[in-house]
Amino acid sequence: MTTIQKTLKGLWSLIVGLKVTGKEFCRPWITVHYPRQEVTNLDSYRGHIDLVPLPADPRTPLCIVCRRCEEVCPSGCIRIEGHVPGEEKGGPVRQLLLISNVPLPHSAAREPICAADKTLRVLDGFSLNYNLCSLCGLCVQSCPVSSLRFSEDVYLAGASRKDFEFDLLKRLKHRGRFAKIKKAA
Amino acid sequence: MAFSKKKVRLMLDKPSFNLNGDYYSSRFSELGKGEGDTLILNLGPQHPSTHGVLRVIVELDGEYVRRAEPVLGYIHRMHEKMGEVKTYVQYLPNMGRVDYLHALAWNWAYVGAVEKLMGLEVPSRAEYIRVITCELNRISSHLLWWGAYVLDLGGFTPILYAFDDREILMDILQIPTGSRLTYCYYRFGGVSADLTETFLTQTRSFIERFKTRIPMYHDLVTGNMILRGRCEDIGALPVEMARRYGATGPVLRGSGVAYDVRRMEPYSVYDQFDFDIPVGKNGDAMDRYDVRMAELEQSVRIIEQAMSRIPDGPFINPDVPDRILPPKGEVYFAVEGARGKIGVYLISDGTARPYRLKLRAPGYSNLHVFAELAQGTILADAVSILGSLDLVIPEIDR
Amino acid sequence: MHPLVHLLVALIAILTFIALNGLILVYVERKVAGFIQRRPGPFEVGPHGLLQPLADALKLVGKQLVMPRDADRILFWAAPLLSFAPVAICLLPIPFGPHLLGLNVNLGLLLVLAFSGLNVLALCLAGWGSNNKYALLGAARAVAQSVAYEIPLLLSVLCVAFTCGSLNFVDITVSQTKHGLLSWNVFSQPLAFLIFFVSALAETNRAPFDLPEAESELTAGFHTEYSGMGFGLFFLAEYSYMIVVSAVASVLFLGGWSGPFFSGHWWMLGKIYALILIMMWFRWTYPRVRFDQLLNICWKWLIPLSLINLLGTALIINLVR
Repeated sequence: MTTIQKTLKGLWSLIVGLKVTGKEFCRPWITVHYPRQEVTNLDSYRGHIDLVPLPADPRTPLCIVCRRCEEVCPSGCIRIEGHVPGEEKGGPVRQLLLISNVPLPHSAAREPICAADKTLRVLDGFSLNYNLCSLCGLCVQSCPVSSLRFSEDVYLAGASRKDFEFDLLKRLKHRGRFAKIKKAA
Repeated sequence: MAFSKKKVRLMLDKPSFNLNGDYYSSRFSELGKGEGDTLILNLGPQHPSTHGVLRVIVELDGEYVRRAEPVLGYIHRMHEKMGEVKTYVQYLPNMGRVDYLHALAWNWAYVGAVEKLMGLEVPSRAEYIRVITCELNRISSHLLWWGAYVLDLGGFTPILYAFDDREILMDILQIPTGSRLTYCYYRFGGVSADLTETFLTQTRSFIERFKTRIPMYHDLVTGNMILRGRCEDIGALPVEMARRYGATGPVLRGSGVAYDVRRMEPYSVYDQFDFDIPVGKNGDAMDRYDVRMAELEQSVRIIEQAMSRIPDGPFINPDVPDRILPPKGEVYFAVEGARGKIGVYLISDGTARPYRLKLRAPGYSNLHVFAELAQGTILADAVSILGSLDLVIPEIDR
Repeated sequence: MHPLVHLLVALIAILTFIALNGLILVYVERKVAGFIQRRPGPFEVGPHGLLQPLADALKLVGKQLVMPRDADRILFWAAPLLSFAPVAICLLPIPFGPHLLGLNVNLGLLLVLAFSGLNVLALCLAGWGSNNKYALLGAARAVAQSVAYEIPLLLSVLCVAFTCGSLNFVDITVSQTKHGLLSWNVFSQPLAFLIFFVSALAETNRAPFDLPEAESELTAGFHTEYSGMGFGLFFLAEYSYMIVVSAVASVLFLGGWSGPFFSGHWWMLGKIYALILIMMWFRWTYPRVRFDQLLNICWKWLIPLSLINLLGTALIINLVR
C-alpha cells in the first residue's frame, strides 16, 4: 500500500474512533451514584463475620466453642472465650476486646477441641479484630455447625481502629433483643 | 519529637542534601557512564499508571535511553516466608494477593501443587468450575491491562470502558467467591462453593454482551493510527532473547513461539477444550497487544464450551482430610496465568507447615527483558514497551 | 467615544470574558470527559457540580506559592505571567459581532500570531527556571513542538489572507457575508482549515499533541514544579489560548459573526464553542502522538501540504483576476 493510501486509511480510523466516543457520549451513566443510589447485589458479599443464632433462641449462638475458626484464621483475628457449665472457668478471664496493634500471639489461643469430644460448652465471648481480617472465609467454612456467616455491611466506615474490633456475641444479643423465646413444651 | 525554633533555624540554614542520589542511582552512575552529556532519571517508584511500585533508573542522552535498570523490592511482602510459617490452609488467602489481577490462577497453582503432592482427586464438576472462573478472571486481567496500556499512551477513555466490563465480571465472580478482586475460592480437592443458576445466566449474558464490545475496542483503539504508530516496530523481542530471560506468556507468544502451559503441559481438563494459541510475528509491542486481544476471544470460547458441558456432581472432594498433612517430598506445579507461566515449587517435610514454598512469578522474567529492549529507544517508546509487557509489580516482588 | 476609553472598556470586557470562560470551560471539559466515560463528572459542589470550578479556583488562589530551592526566582515566577499576559491582546482585534470590536487593526492577523508566539518563551522559562529534569525535558519538547507548528499555522492563514486580500479581521468577516453560507472560507479552503485546526491543537498543547504535559512519562512536564496560582495561570492560559485559536478559526474560516437568520455575537460564540467542543472530543478519544512522529507530521505532511495549498491559491487568484 502506498503511503497516501495508508495515511487515508489511518485518517479514517481516527474518524471511526470519534464515532465510538461520540456514541458513548450520548448513552446514560453506568456508575452507581452513591449516596443517591446503592449497590444491590449484596447477598453473596463477604462482609465481616457474624454469629448465627439458634432457631429457637435468637440470643444464643449455635457455636459449640470448638475453636476451629480461631485456629484456622490466617491472621489471628478471632478470640473465643467459653466454659463448660459447672466447671471452674480456667484461669483469669482474658480481656475480650483486643487492643489495637497488639494481637495476641498464636500460643495464647487454646487448642481446638477434637471431633470426638461431646462435652457441652457455653460461649462467653467472641471477639473479632476486623482490622486484620482478610475475608478469606476459612472460618465460616471450617465451622462444623455453621455458626458463622458473612454480614452485608458494605458501607462500613470508622474513624479509628477500635471501631473495627467487634464483639460478635454482643452484636448477636443486640440483634435478638426484641425476640420472644418460645417456651419449651 | 519537637524541635526548638533555634534548632529548626539551624537545620534550615545548613541543608545537607545528598545530591548523589541513593545507593541504586549512585551505583548506576558509577557502573558505566557513557560519553556525552547524559541525564540520569528515575521513573517511579510512584507511577501515574497502574504498573505498581516499579522504579526504573534510566540514563538519557537527550531523548534516547542509553541504559535502563529496574530496581525492585518496594512492595516485597514476604509471601514465601509466610508460606513457611502458615499452615497449608492458612496460606490460601495469600495467593489471591500475590497477583491480584489473576488471583484465581495463583490460587490454582498452589492448590494444584498440594493436590499433586497429596494425590488428592478433584471431582470433574470442580475442574470445570475452576476452568470457567479462571478464564473469566483472565478476561478481566487482560481488560485491565488493555485499559492501563492505552492510559500510559495518553488515551484516557478506554480504561473506563474496560472497567465497565470488569465491573460486570467482578459482580459475576462475587457470586461464588464472595470477593471482587482478591479471590480465595479454590480449596484442596475442589472449590469452596458451587455455581448457582444466577452465575450461569449472568455469565451467558456477559458473554453475549462482550462479543459486541470487542469490536468496539478494536474500532476505538486497535485500528487507531496514533496507537499503531506508538506500538508497531517498538520493542521487537527476538526469540533467543526471550528464551535467555525465561519470558513466558503473551510476551513469548508475541515473538512467534506458541508455548502455552494449557497446551504443552495440560493440567486439569484443558485437554478437552478446543481453543487456539494466538501468536505474533515480530515480537513488537503491537504483536503482544494483538496476542492478548485474541486471547480474550479464545477465553470466551473456552468458557462457552465449559458451560455447555459442565457435569453434575460434588464441587469438592468429600474425602479431603481435616488436617492437611502432605507426605514428605517436593512438587512443582505450573499453570498458565494472564502474564505467563505461574509456578509453585513446594517442599514438604511431613508437618503441618511447608518447609519451602517457592513462587515462580512470570512478571519477574518478563520485566528483565525491558532492560535490554529499552536500550537505544526514545523515552516514550520505553514507556510503551514497559506497558506492553503487562507487569504487575506485587507479583514480581512477592 | 474617545479611542482610549473604547480600548479600556474593551480590555475590561475581554478580561472578564476570559475569566468567565476559564470557569465555564473547566466545567465543560470535565463534564464532557465524564459523559464520554459514562460517568457523571462533577456533581456535588453546587447543583450538578456548577460551582466546582469556582471551588477549584478558590483552592488554587488560597494555596501557598512554593518555589524549589535552587530555582531561578525571576524566571520561575515570570513564566506563568508571560504565558497568560498576551491573551488579552490576542483577543482585541477579533470582531465578536458587527459592532463588537476591541481595536480595528489593519494587521490584526499578524498581531495575533505574534503575541501567541510569546507562549513558547513562557514554556521555555518555566522548564529552565524550575531546576527539575522532568520540567526541562517537557519544556524542550514543548518549545520544539510550538516552534515547528507555527509554520503550517502561518501558511494556512496566509491562504485566507490571499483569498480576502487583507489581514484585517473585519474585512475577512465581511468578505464571507456576501453569498450566505457558501461564501465561508471553509468551503473554498477546506485543506487550510484542517491544517489550521491541527496546528492549533499542537500550539495549545492539547491532545493528541500534549506530550509536554505527558502525565505517564514525565509527571507533569514543564509545569511539574508549579502549584497554586502558578499552575492556575498556566491552566487558565491554556484554555484562553484555546479560545483565541477557536475565535481566529471561526473568523477566518467559519464566517465570524455571520449566520443564516440573524447575524450577531451569538453565532460567533456558538462557533467558538463548537470548535472547543471538538477539541475536547479529540482529547478524550486519542492517545498521544510520540514526539518524533509529531515533528514528522509537521515537517513531512503539514508544511508541504500548506505550501502546495498556498501556491494553488495564489495561482487560482491570479487566474481569476
